[in-house]
Amino acid sequence: MSLKTLWHKLGSPRWFYELSGPWTTGFGVAAALLLAVGCVWALAIAPEDYQQGNSYRIMYIHVPTAILAQSVYMTLGVAGVILLVWRMKLADMVLACAVPFGLWMTALALVTGAIWGKPTWGTWWVWDARIVSMLVQLFLFFGLYALREAIPRADAAGRACAVLAIVGLVNIPIIKYSVDWWLTLHQPSSNLLTGPTMPSEMYLPLFVNIIGFYCLYAYVLLASLRLEILRREEKTQWVQQQLQQPLPQQPQAV
Amino acid sequence: MHPKRKSRLFLVLFLLAGVGITVGLVLLALNENLNLFYPPDKVVNGEAPVDRLIRAGGMVKDGSVVRGQNLEVEFVVTDHAGSEFRVLYAGILPDLFREGQGILVQGKLDASRTLVAQEVLAKHDENYMPPELAEMETQAPKPAAPSLPGLDEAAPLNSGGGA
Repeated sequence: MSLKTLWHKLGSPRWFYELSGPWTTGFGVAAALLLAVGCVWALAIAPEDYQQGNSYRIMYIHVPTAILAQSVYMTLGVAGVILLVWRMKLADMVLACAVPFGLWMTALALVTGAIWGKPTWGTWWVWDARIVSMLVQLFLFFGLYALREAIPRADAAGRACAVLAIVGLVNIPIIKYSVDWWLTLHQPSSNLLTGPTMPSEMYLPLFVNIIGFYCLYAYVLLASLRLEILRREEKTQWVQQQLQQPLPQQPQAV
Repeated sequence: MHPKRKSRLFLVLFLLAGVGITVGLVLLALNENLNLFYPPDKVVNGEAPVDRLIRAGGMVKDGSVVRGQNLEVEFVVTDHAGSEFRVLYAGILPDLFREGQGILVQGKLDASRTLVAQEVLAKHDENYMPPELAEMETQAPKPAAPSLPGLDEAAPLNSGGGA
């Protein structure tokens, strides 16, 4: 299938629903396996750090959640552009469904950062550029959540969220380069992709956890998209058939 | 591409560029106000204000830590490039505090440019390694003294303008 055909097919929520079933299960299983392996490896097998001892191990949650927070936001930005330009139904659903996961990842990154900061830096919180830009991203997620709830007309809400998501994209490079542009208490990047500043026995479990978190994101996003498709296309015949097949006892909307 | 979509795409790109330039200019204008702390050279050359609560950071100079009574401690913070200042502190130091460590102090400069600290925080760099590996590294011939993590990269941005 060429890219152009795929692009046109993505316009059909039904096609996406039928295709995404096995992928959802696959990502779910992969996430569970990878995170189980990664966490045991990180917490029990990986060596201590020469300076921080065991407390550095919170990195194995902090780093993946922080990376995922940015990735989710970039998904929202791309979905926002597609929604505004091509008016694709699926883009609006992504814009709605990815927000809670991104919110959780951002909040987790901030909380684990604070828990890590107390024993290593000696403080829970400091207003440095990295931490504040991440806090701004948390508020952007809250804003996207609230904006959709605040506007009653679904298409208008979708477009407003798209604009907010695109505007917020500006924050992504600020978060990424905050530790290079300004003096911060937060450490500079450990360059995970271009030659990590740690040996492989510390780096590999982190890598497994990062991939695991990406699979978890794919699973959560696909599962909530599938639910959203059923909800929005409720009146169509194919959804009625879908709803009758697997769960016959379920009360049906008439 | 459909002309209507093309114009909408340009509108979106225009929005993104506009917001990007605006935020970029704001950040440029704020420049070093966004720095969390003064590096040692700014403390020495007088850019850091005296008798106002500030944060300053650098590396704890090797062999400079002197402990007094009741948790009192005195040490020198340096950037390994010729600038250094004295710090007086009474309180509990973070676990990572040691000679050669990057740290950040909050307090007031007195007339002799000694920083009387109210809080000392430890800054760690991006390097992680197991203890055995770190031991091997200390036995090996040491390369140039480490600079404050993040200080080198941030330095060019701070060279112009006042605080």
